[in-house]
Amino acid sequence: MLLSIRSLTKTFPGTLALDGVDFDLRAGEVHALLGENGAGKSTLIKCLTGAYRRDGGTVTLDGAPIDPQSTAHAQELGIGTVYQEVNLLPNLTVAQNLMFGREPRRFGLIQTRAMRAQARAMLAEYGLSLDVDRDLGTYSVAIRQIIAIARAVALSGKVLILDEPTASLDAAEVRMVFDVVRSLRERGLGIVFVSHFLDQVFDLTDRVTVLRNGRKIVTEDTANLDRVRLIEHMLGRELEDATAHPVMARGPRPPMLEFRGMGRRGVIEPFDLAVGQGEVVGLAGLLGSGRTESAELLFGLRNAHSGTARDQKGPLDLSSPRAAIAAGFGLVPEERKTDGIVADLSVRENIILGLQARAGWARPLSRGEQNRLADDYIARLDIRTSGRDKRVGELSGGNQQKVVLARWLAMNPRFLILDEPTRGIDVGAHAEILRLIHELVEGGMSLLVISSEIDELIAVSDRVIVLRDRRHVAELTGEEIAPNRIMGAIAATERAA
Amino acid sequence: MSTRALPLYVTIGIFLLAYGVFWLQFPNILSTRVVGNLLTDNAYLGIVAVGMTLVILGGGIDLSVGSVIAFSGVFIAVMLRDTGLHPLAVFAALLALTTAFGAGMGFLIDRLAMPAFIVTLAGMFLARGAAYILSIDSVPIQHPFYDALQGAYWLMPGKGRLTGIGVVMVLTFALGMIVAHKTRFGASVYALGGGEAAARLMGVRQGRTTVLVYAFSGAMAGLSGIVFSIYTGSGYSLATVGTELTAIAAVVIGGTLLSGGAGYMFGTLVGVLTMGLIQTYIVFDGSLSSWWTKIVVGILLLAFILLQKGLLKLSQMRLAKGAP
Repeated sequence: MLLSIRSLTKTFPGTLALDGVDFDLRAGEVHALLGENGAGKSTLIKCLTGAYRRDGGTVTLDGAPIDPQSTAHAQELGIGTVYQEVNLLPNLTVAQNLMFGREPRRFGLIQTRAMRAQARAMLAEYGLSLDVDRDLGTYSVAIRQIIAIARAVALSGKVLILDEPTASLDAAEVRMVFDVVRSLRERGLGIVFVSHFLDQVFDLTDRVTVLRNGRKIVTEDTANLDRVRLIEHMLGRELEDATAHPVMARGPRPPMLEFRGMGRRGVIEPFDLAVGQGEVVGLAGLLGSGRTESAELLFGLRNAHSGTARDQKGPLDLSSPRAAIAAGFGLVPEERKTDGIVADLSVRENIILGLQARAGWARPLSRGEQNRLADDYIARLDIRTSGRDKRVGELSGGNQQKVVLARWLAMNPRFLILDEPTRGIDVGAHAEILRLIHELVEGGMSLLVISSEIDELIAVSDRVIVLRDRRHVAELTGEEIAPNRIMGAIAATERAA
Repeated sequence: MSTRALPLYVTIGIFLLAYGVFWLQFPNILSTRVVGNLLTDNAYLGIVAVGMTLVILGGGIDLSVGSVIAFSGVFIAVMLRDTGLHPLAVFAALLALTTAFGAGMGFLIDRLAMPAFIVTLAGMFLARGAAYILSIDSVPIQHPFYDALQGAYWLMPGKGRLTGIGVVMVLTFALGMIVAHKTRFGASVYALGGGEAAARLMGVRQGRTTVLVYAFSGAMAGLSGIVFSIYTGSGYSLATVGTELTAIAAVVIGGTLLSGGAGYMFGTLVGVLTMGLIQTYIVFDGSLSSWWTKIVVGILLLAFILLQKGLLKLSQMRLAKGAP
C-alpha cells in the first residue's frame, strides 16, 4: 500500500469534520474521493497536503508514518496537489512555472538556458511541445492543468492529488488531461481524484471512496458500482426523481418580455429573445460562447450597443442593474463567491440586501422584519446554517447559492436569470435547486437558465437557445430538446474550426 | 508574438523616437555631453527606481523613498559636520539604517497583513520627520573626500563627462537586473506579484520575500540619498519631495505593470532616461516652461496604463478564441 490512512480525525469548533476515516491508496491506481459538499473531502485532502494538521489517526506513506506540516513539507514527502484553479502563476513563463524553486543555478544565478531545456524535457514526457518562454497565462486552462500536474509530479512523485482538476475544462480538454493521468498511473503513481462529475469518475478511476458527514461510507472498485448506488452512498438517501425529469411540455406561454436586436460589439452579436410568463429558457453553449455575456446585457451589467427591450406595457430601461431590477429582473451570477454572496455578512444580511437596496437606506427594514424574512427563506429553501446570523462565507457552496436565490426571491422578480446555478455544488443541493426552479415557474416566474450541463438544461427548459461564437445560433423547443440536438448545434463550430 | 515584452519594446521605441525627433531639431542632443548629463542628472532617480521596480513587481508600493533620500542627505551632512567619521563609514551606517528601515516596513506589511500603501505612507512621514529633527536648514557638506567624489569623472569622446554617480546608477541597474531576473529571490518577487495564493502553493516564502523586497528598496533609497548628496553637495530635509511618485512614474513608463508581476528592470532605466530626455529638450528649447515635463510625463503615464489595459484585453481575447 502506497498511502494508508487510519482513523483520521479532524475537528473544527462546533464540527467534527473527519470522524475516524480510513483511506488506502495503491501505487498505480486512480482513486476517486467522492462526497457532497461538507462530506469531508477537502478536509481530508488538506490534512494530506499539510494545510491542516490532523487531530488524530495515522498516515503512512510507503510504510513510514508521516505528518505533513505545510504544502512544501508534503511535497518533499512525495505528495503533490493540483487544484481546480490557482495552481501556477500566469505572469511567469511556462519554464519558470515548471522549474520554480528548483531552477538550475551557477554561482547563485539562474541558468536560463538550462532551465528552458529541463522544462522542455519535462513537458516532452507528457507529449507536449510548447514554447516554454511564453507566459503561462497565454495557454488554455487544460494546458495549464497539465503543466501543474507535471510540476507536482516532478516535485513529489509518489502521490498526486487532483482536486476538481476538470471543473473548467471542455470535453476535449478533459480527455487530454485524462490521458496524462492515465500515463501517470502506468508510471506507478497513486492518484487521488476528486470530482463532481460522475461520468469522469466512471471513465477514469479504479476505485471509489465515498465520504459523508465526515465518515467513510464505502470503498469499492469502480467497475462494481453503478451510478444509482454511488449516488445513494453520497446522498445517504434514496435518490429522488429530481434529477431525471420529463421534458416540461407545458404548451405555449403568454408572452411577457421581448428583446430585439440586443447586442454589443465584440461581446455578443445582436440577438432576439422572447420570454413568456412562467417559461424557462435555457442557454446552451461552450465556455466563451457568449452565454454569460447575453445575461449581462439583459441585466444591464454591460450596456447593449443596440437593441430594445419591452414588456406588454412598453419599453424597458435596462441601462444598469438598478434599472433592470426596477423592471423586475434578477441575476444569480456564475461567480458565487465574488459576485454573489457577501461572505462577511450574515445569512440574514445577505438575504435582505437586495430588498433593502431597492427600498433605499432611508427606509430601513426593521430587525423583526429582517428576521422574519431570513427565517422564512431559510426554512423555505432548506438553507443549512446554524442560524440566521452565521457568516455566509462559512456555509457550503450549495447553501451559499440558496442564500443568493433567497435574496432575489425576497424581491419577487418576474424574470430571473440563473447563470450556472448548480456549478460547484453537491448532488443533493443540485437536485434541490432544480426542484426550486420548477416551483418558481409554477408560481409564474420566468427564468433564463445558463448551464454547461446539458442534462440540466433539458430537465428544466421549455426552450433551449444554443450559442456559438458569441452568436445565438439555434432555438430548440419541445421534442427537439435532446442531448444530441443540442450537442449538434454547439458542435457545428468545431467542424468549422 | 508574446505580449510579455511588448511594453518594454514600446518604451524603448518611444525613447528612440523622442531622441530622433529632438535630434532633428537640436543635433547637439546626440553629443556625449548630453548623454553624460542625462546619466548624472538622473542618477539618484534611477537608483531609487531600481528599488521601486522590484517593489512594484512584487505587487507592492514604497512611498517612503523620497523622504528616505532627504533623510539620508541630512544624516550624512550632519554626521560629517558633527563627527570626525570618514564619509565611507557614514555611508555604511546610513545604508544599514535605511535597509533596516525598509526591512521593518516589509515586516509590518507581511505580519500585520497591512496594505503597503499605508505602512510606507507612515514610513514616509517618519523619515521626513527624522530629517527635520536632524536639521531644519540646508546643511552644506564640506569634506575633501566629497570634493573628490564630485570631481570624479571620465572624459568620453566628444568631451562628455561620465561622472562617478552616473556610473553608480548604471551599475545599480545592472545589479537590479541580476537580482530581478537571475535569482530565485527575483523569481519569488515576480511570483508574489502574480498572485499570493499561487505563489505560496509554489513554495514562495512570502514573509521573507516581502521583508527582503522592502529592505532592498530601503537600501536603494539610501544609496540614492548618498548620490543625491554628492550631486547637490548638501543635505536638506525639504529635498526630494514627491520623488517616490516620480520613481513610480518612471517604473510604469518603463513598462512595468503597476499591479505587479510583469515588467523588466531595463525598462525602468529607459523610463528614467525618457523622463530625463524630456527635461533636457525643454532646457534646449529654452522657451518652454519646465512644467511641460510634468505634462508630458502625465501623458506618457496615461498612455502606458492604456497600453497595459489594451494588452490585457488582447491576450484575453486571444485566449477566448482558443489559443493552444
